[in-house]
Amino acid sequence: MLKIENLHASVGDKPILKGLNLEIKAGEVHAIMGPNGAGKSTLSHVLSGKPGYNITEGKVTYKGKDLLEMAPEIRAREGIFLAFQYPVEIPGVSNIYMLKAALNSIRKHNGLDEVDAMDFLTLVKDKIKLLQMDQQFLYRAVNEGFSGGEKKRNEILQAAILEPKMCILDETDSGLDIDALKVVAEGVNSLRSTERSFLMITHYQRLLDYIKPDFVHVLADGQIVKSGGSELALELEEKGYQWVEGQAA
Amino acid sequence: MTSRYIAEYEKTADLLPGQSLAWLKQLKTDAFNYFSAKGFPSLREEEWRYTNVSAIEKTLFVPSLDQSEPIFDQLLVTENTVEGALTVVLINGHFSKQHSSLKGLDKDISVLSMADAVEQKPELLERYLGKAVNSEEHSFVAFNTAWFSDGIFVHIPAKKVVDQPIQLLHIVTKAECLATTRHLLIADDMAEVNIIETFVGIDDSYLTAAVTEVFVEKNANLTLYKVQSEGDKAYHFGGTYVKQARDSRFNHHNFAFGSLLARTDVHTDLGTASECDFNGLYLGNKRQHIDNHTRINHLKPYAISNELYKGVLNQRAKGVFQGMVYVAEDAQKTDSAMNNRNLLLSNDAEADTKPQLEIYADDVKCAHGVTVGQLEEKSIFYLQTRCIDKETARNMLTFAFANEMVDRVKLKSLRKVVLGQVLKCFPQAGVDQSWL
Ligand SMILES: Nc1ncnc2c1ncn2[C@@H]1O[C@H](COP(=O)(O)OP(=O)(O)O)[C@@H](O)[C@H]1O
Ligand SMILES: [Mg+2]
Repeated sequence: MLKIENLHASVGDKPILKGLNLEIKAGEVHAIMGPNGAGKSTLSHVLSGKPGYNITEGKVTYKGKDLLEMAPEIRAREGIFLAFQYPVEIPGVSNIYMLKAALNSIRKHNGLDEVDAMDFLTLVKDKIKLLQMDQQFLYRAVNEGFSGGEKKRNEILQAAILEPKMCILDETDSGLDIDALKVVAEGVNSLRSTERSFLMITHYQRLLDYIKPDFVHVLADGQIVKSGGSELALELEEKGYQWVEGQAA
Repeated sequence: MTSRYIAEYEKTADLLPGQSLAWLKQLKTDAFNYFSAKGFPSLREEEWRYTNVSAIEKTLFVPSLDQSEPIFDQLLVTENTVEGALTVVLINGHFSKQHSSLKGLDKDISVLSMADAVEQKPELLERYLGKAVNSEEHSFVAFNTAWFSDGIFVHIPAKKVVDQPIQLLHIVTKAECLATTRHLLIADDMAEVNIIETFVGIDDSYLTAAVTEVFVEKNANLTLYKVQSEGDKAYHFGGTYVKQARDSRFNHHNFAFGSLLARTDVHTDLGTASECDFNGLYLGNKRQHIDNHTRINHLKPYAISNELYKGVLNQRAKGVFQGMVYVAEDAQKTDSAMNNRNLLLSNDAEADTKPQLEIYADDVKCAHGVTVGQLEEKSIFYLQTRCIDKETARNMLTFAFANEMVDRVKLKSLRKVVLGQVLKCFPQAGVDQSWL
């Protein structure tokens, strides 16, 4: 599905990713953990095509194609979805309007007609129940005035509706209380399938109690310094990040 | 240059309405003398420093005194008539009985042409006309007072709640025409009414110089909409001058979309515990120059004012906002907020914004803020990650910025018209109307 080879990225002259390798196969759930400032969000931004990063070395292949050549919206239409660590507020554009525009862009990209208005409403209302959100959120401006937890739920709601192939969740668990975390985890778990892969970026092991990953990687100073199974997360929690950072040095 | 206008006036003055009322004749003569001495405003005047009006002196715009109905494209009427409104049409500065439809108008309510008001309501006219603004305000007011060829007199008696909005539809059909109208709108104690002023015209050079005086009496509620969609080559000068008695409410929605050069002044004097809302949206394309001046005078205690003007400027367009909130010594407990937000869509577009506060009372709450900026990159990127291409994302964000002001229009049929105008200014808006 996604193959990252020797990826180097910098902002201005400052190198942030320094030779990152990672392969994610269809249906797999990978967790990336790491200290603040390690480059986790940078990785999610580079994968989704945010402007402002220089890719100085390496390549990223997605479904056999060169991902870095694609515009952000093409990546999204091809199935890459980024749940932002800090979702952006878009005053004046309602959630439902954006979702419909998004879904129709994907359909058009795949040579399909626009979604039927009734079918769309049924779909959206179904998913909003899954995330235990009030229907009024659909008609509010995207993320505007939402609490931190509501924004995170809204990101997962969008994923549930757009049905991406490759979900990148950047600290979707940060700032959530335990009840909200359970709801979000349930939403994510309901999306798991043999065709859909996940890259979960998290700072805390807690999320992994609810969404069990197939692989855990530790990102420190722009590189994956350690990989393992889900037990690695527990070990990390116990020993702290210094443990792996020490190993990297 | 002014002398050509002065010479022209001498020829036509006797044909203008109001000659039969001595006080009105005097008012017009005084206004004319003031204009003759002062001429058109110059860039040296603080209130005009961003807006150069010399272009209108190069052409002599002349009033249309021909009383026969001109032949013109009826789409100007049909496309701009607000559904469900009582519509009064003014063509080239004259009331057109033929095009107006006041069917169903309550007999207590007066909606008259100035010429008729002079005959039928001389006392009310004398009590109110020229009382919300005088010629010294600025020379366009003097110009309007001297030259006005017609206008509409609206009087809503006390306690009357008018369900149907009243629309004053101004149409200019002739090149080099000068359309000078003077309206007088009065909502008596506890009356409620919605009035819409629409300005449209042909795609040729002409000049609109319109002044509206508004009186919102005790506990009355008047909402005034101005939709300025003049032709691309037109010059538009409009002034709305309001006096609010105690406990009254005045809502103003000022949409400035058309014309090559447009200047609108909106002033209100607030009485005790009265309230005003000023909403503005200006959209400039090409080389349009759109200037809005507002002045809110808190003269008495406990009044509330809220103001938000938004501008979207594309290509080489220029927007000007000057807003003054004045709080007199007597106006304790004033609560006022003034904001101006500008979105620049190109590097050549320009926004000049100047909010001003002049406060002489000590126990007041006065907030103000301005922004001039471009679309936010992070918002564009967010939409791109949601499958929306960059161009559409930009258009969605631009539309959303402007639509906040359209959403504030409570009359559904009018909102539809305004929305259509906004989408016309941004044809690429990428906005699916059925979803709005
Ligand atoms: N736009 C930027 N300009 C300069 N430095 C940046 C920028 N974005 C990120 N960085 C730096 O890159 C490093 C990695 O940041 P980030 O990817 O956000 O880390 P993480 O998500 O792992 O906490 C940090 O040192 C951060 O300060
Ligand atoms: Mg981060």
